[in-house]
Amino acid sequence: MTASTELPTPNRLANEHPNAASSQVTRIVTNGAKYLLLLMFAFFFVLPWAWMVSTSLKNPSELAVYPIVWIPNPIRWDNYSDALRQADFLRYLVNTIQIAIPSVIGAVLSNSLIAYGFARVRWIGRDAVFTLVLATLILPSFVTFIPLYLIFKNLNWINTYNPLIVPTFLGNPFFIFLLRQFFMTLPEELSDAARVDGASELRIFAQIVLPLARPALAVVALFQFIGSWNDYFGPLIFINDRALYTISLGIANMRAAYGFSNSAWIMAASVMSVVPIVVLFFFTQRTFIEGITMTGIKG
Amino acid sequence: MTRLRRLTRQEARSLLTGLLFISPWIVGFVAFRLYPFFASLYYSFTFYPILASPKWVGLENYAGLLEDGRFLSGLFNTAYYAFFAVPLAALSGILLAMLLNSEVRGLSVFRTVFYLPSIMPVVVMAITWLWMFDPINGVVNYFLEMVGIPGPAWLGSPQWSKPALIVMSLWTVGGAVVIYLASLQDVPRELLEAAELDGANAMRKIWHVTLPMISPVIFFNVIVGLIAAFQYFVEPWVMSNGTGAPADSLLMMSMYLYQSAFQFFKIGYASAQAWVLFLIVILFTTILFRVSGRLVYYGGK
Repeated sequence: MTASTELPTPNRLANEHPNAASSQVTRIVTNGAKYLLLLMFAFFFVLPWAWMVSTSLKNPSELAVYPIVWIPNPIRWDNYSDALRQADFLRYLVNTIQIAIPSVIGAVLSNSLIAYGFARVRWIGRDAVFTLVLATLILPSFVTFIPLYLIFKNLNWINTYNPLIVPTFLGNPFFIFLLRQFFMTLPEELSDAARVDGASELRIFAQIVLPLARPALAVVALFQFIGSWNDYFGPLIFINDRALYTISLGIANMRAAYGFSNSAWIMAASVMSVVPIVVLFFFTQRTFIEGITMTGIKG
Repeated sequence: MTRLRRLTRQEARSLLTGLLFISPWIVGFVAFRLYPFFASLYYSFTFYPILASPKWVGLENYAGLLEDGRFLSGLFNTAYYAFFAVPLAALSGILLAMLLNSEVRGLSVFRTVFYLPSIMPVVVMAITWLWMFDPINGVVNYFLEMVGIPGPAWLGSPQWSKPALIVMSLWTVGGAVVIYLASLQDVPRELLEAAELDGANAMRKIWHVTLPMISPVIFFNVIVGLIAAFQYFVEPWVMSNGTGAPADSLLMMSMYLYQSAFQFFKIGYASAQAWVLFLIVILFTTILFRVSGRLVYYGGK
């Protein structure tokens, strides 16, 4: 230690050397603190999943015991068949898919058309109208939902899926913004060349721009699917016929009707409702992460 | 008319093309946003029991709100929630993103763990946490007891029900973490190195370089978070079975609005609440935009 402080080796930075040992210690401590903190957060984020899955496999006698039983013995898979029987869960699942799939089609179709109109066609007043699109982002849905309910009631659309599906065919400001950002990054020369050849704008849109926009369209499709799958507020307002319930309505209703003593099979239903999206997430993780960054960063 | 005549044929054509492309939005905007927006403004000045037609009453609904204890509770509960949940989400989101950005091993695993709760159906999340917060059999008090803290009654107690929801809200901070992380990765390395050469320590680098560079993203997230917090509905609704219990401590503005419209069938009164909610959102968005002019750094962009 003493000798090396007098004669620093030339390939070391001068200011690092005198405290080499202490800076090493500092680094180990900060690294340790960093991982400790991360692991504590990770524990907080994993705990509810563990609780949900564990509860979904518990025997009734294991629900209210101290200390908590994490691995049920024996594992009670019957909770899952109970959930299917007790609550008509399969029907809720089919209903939800019946809403989610047309909504995805609607969102991809409408928002790509609209975003194209804002990104690739030059027209007078375009930027002002686009500002209006963005302004609607801060319009709370609670301001409009009562008149919306009355409109759909007059159309006899209550207890149909139309109020949930039809609006997805009419654009969503968030998706318009996202796709517009993406379309603007595509080189203008592509369209110009086609225009010279006499292609119509619709053709340029469908044959040149859309195929290139596949990654962004995937983001829209994913987000809309998750949105429809998880939606609670929309179905709560527009659906009250039990046969038309979605997963979210169904599960909320199960818990309203049954209490903690039934938590095992209600958690089993919850797990079944979550598995499809978690699987979807793991297959499309990159698209997801890119999509979120796309929406957040350029805001 | 004069304005239209000044358009060249080319301009008129592209105007038409553009409008055709955005026509789905125009239909949706007029039918599902613009009309309902003004309709609810009109209803807010009427007495409108859902089965009869609306009758003009002027400001009566708004005056009634000022004396309605449940509305004021909703206002207080919503403000309480937003006041704690929005800043805490920003702080923990930035903290987590900074941890992830500091060359950690297993970055993508941690990122997935943090993000995954954001895609869980809100109803499922609410019910799972509801049972986790169970004072006797729940896992939260179980762990608190392990470290020697006697856990409160959480959702059974008017004092602790909102803190419970605030804790739960942090569970879905992962979406913001992903955004913050991406913006941290965009902070130019040269700036940080320059600060280091000038002798800045880690805290000063964060305060004087990193935070200013990501301030537009923080601003975006705070705005989005605040607007969402004012409309906080599904979690307290599901967890209190639509009542706002215990003792109205979970009754949010949005919930009382919903109850007024669909349980008490007072469309006019509910619309007045919707407009108060809207004006509050506008007020805070405007304040944030004003403040951001001084605090947010848009250099280089």
